Amino acid sequence: MTTATQKADSRARSARTGSGLDIEKIRQDFPILRQTIHGKPLVYLDNAATSQKPRQVLDAIARYYEGTNANIHRGVHALSERATAEYEEARQTAQRFLNAAHSHEIIFVRGATEGINLVAQTFGRAQVRSGDEILITAMEHHSNIVPWQILCEEKGAKLRVVPINDRGELMIDQLENLLSERTALLAITHVSNALGSVNPIREIVAMAHKRNIPVLVDGAQAAPHIKIDVQALDCDFYAFSGHKVYGPTGIGVLYGKTALLESMPPYQGGGDMISSVTFEKTTYNKLPYKFEAGTPDIAGVIGLGAALEYVTNLGIEKIGAHEHDLLEYATQQVSVISGLQIIGTAKDKAGVLSFVLEGVHPHDIGTILDQEGIAIRTGHHCSQPIMERFGIPATARASVAVYNTNQEIDVLVQGIKKVKEVFA
Amino acid sequence: MSDLRDLYQDVILEHSKAPRNYKQLPEANHKAEGFNPLCGDRFTIYVTMEGDAIRDISFQGSGCAISKASASMMTQSVKGKTAAEAEKIFARFHELVTGHAEEKNENDLGKLAVFSGVSEFPVRVKCATLAWHTLQAAIEGKQESVSTE
Ligand SMILES: Cc1ncc(COP(=O)(O)O)c(C=O)c1O
Repeated sequence: MTTATQKADSRARSARTGSGLDIEKIRQDFPILRQTIHGKPLVYLDNAATSQKPRQVLDAIARYYEGTNANIHRGVHALSERATAEYEEARQTAQRFLNAAHSHEIIFVRGATEGINLVAQTFGRAQVRSGDEILITAMEHHSNIVPWQILCEEKGAKLRVVPINDRGELMIDQLENLLSERTALLAITHVSNALGSVNPIREIVAMAHKRNIPVLVDGAQAAPHIKIDVQALDCDFYAFSGHKVYGPTGIGVLYGKTALLESMPPYQGGGDMISSVTFEKTTYNKLPYKFEAGTPDIAGVIGLGAALEYVTNLGIEKIGAHEHDLLEYATQQVSVISGLQIIGTAKDKAGVLSFVLEGVHPHDIGTILDQEGIAIRTGHHCSQPIMERFGIPATARASVAVYNTNQEIDVLVQGIKKVKEVFA
Repeated sequence: MSDLRDLYQDVILEHSKAPRNYKQLPEANHKAEGFNPLCGDRFTIYVTMEGDAIRDISFQGSGCAISKASASMMTQSVKGKTAAEAEKIFARFHELVTGHAEEKNENDLGKLAVFSGVSEFPVRVKCATLAWHTLQAAIEGKQESVSTE
């Protein structure tokens, strides 16, 4: 090797992180990141709320509307055929992303929220009886609490809650105790949006399946960070939102095992979900169309497909490794700030750094950081029971994505120091 | 940074750290709870009305610096006033924090004028007005809690 190539080599390496990703190059894919807020470069650390979208996704959506737009599954003309093909291609991309056994197990929904509601309204309505129990955990997002409360009220069933410990980890032995012959379903998050805790889903599913209890996994916060293999996890349902994985808003995926989906009544009635209709009787369409009534968000599905391809091309394991490094660095850096307490210190965490600052309400932290160009989330993160568990009204939450850097973490730390100055 | 100092004036910071009339009022005959679901701010306002006059007022709860200081300074500014007078101060205060105040009216607000910086931070208007909305509910005798959403 010549010295020149050695030099070029080390330069290339220096632009890369431990994960092997070239973050500066990746940042070029995200047009929104090139702006200033209140005169400071934007530091976007609100990725758990929604991630930014790469050029590849924006282009795919524009290309669809400029060159392909037509309704799907009904036209014989060229555009309709092309739109249908692209739509179904995205379904296969989602299938590969989750490693589902069949593409008809991928149902397009508006997001994790609709995916969970779909299961509550179909599987839940058909299967849950008075006296049954739905088991959830103390770290669920409201979207994995309220649909079950509504169902329980309707059916006279009972909602049971698996507690968490002071680090924000699920108490697995308690979960095991709460699984019983009365349990109709276990609905559990893969990663907590407020704490960052990662749950050992494979082990939990095995526990539930020993008692023949189906498991729904809320993957909204896992899909952006963790390689998901629904066959290895063996979960019965898995829901996630496109907008948190670099895709557009308004589109997401519900995965369900074939046998369960086939046994479930339809969700909404309308076009596309039927194979024949007379006023006497309607025969429902086959999977997945039975659950996709009406004209779907075709552009959204195509955008989601592009996002999942983008993630797959970078490598979800590499993305996860980079985010893990960021989170570790951030944890180290903020830990030394006096008066700062991290909420959620589970051994296994992904993406999220939640904290409180003595004497300063999170809302004030958010306003002051915003003046520095830093976007974080403050509040209860749609997880009021978690806030209650820790005896706090709210937290400040920084959450990372593939395009964040250690330098941005440094800006955050400086920002927190500024908050302390204002409130000194 | 100058905008920040406009928002977090020393008086506001001082009231948020050491709020006045921060207690329960055992003899209160009016009471209401206010809640801002966006940030989790939650206050209870206690009022002792004597006829139409606010004879005593206090509050308790948790919230950001803006909402807490606003509650604290509100209790000081309306104590001894009639309900109608309090209503009028709130109307002026609301104009101030939403950036619609006329300059001549700003003087009427006295110490409350320190909240003028809020008008530069539209998402914080709810924080500044939560206690006032709750006071209204307490005086009107509504027992349900008020929410800013
Ligand atoms: C853990 C978790 N579940 C569900 C959701 C709901 O996702 P969406 O609003 O995209 O449906 C979120 C979003 O914040 C979440 O973090």
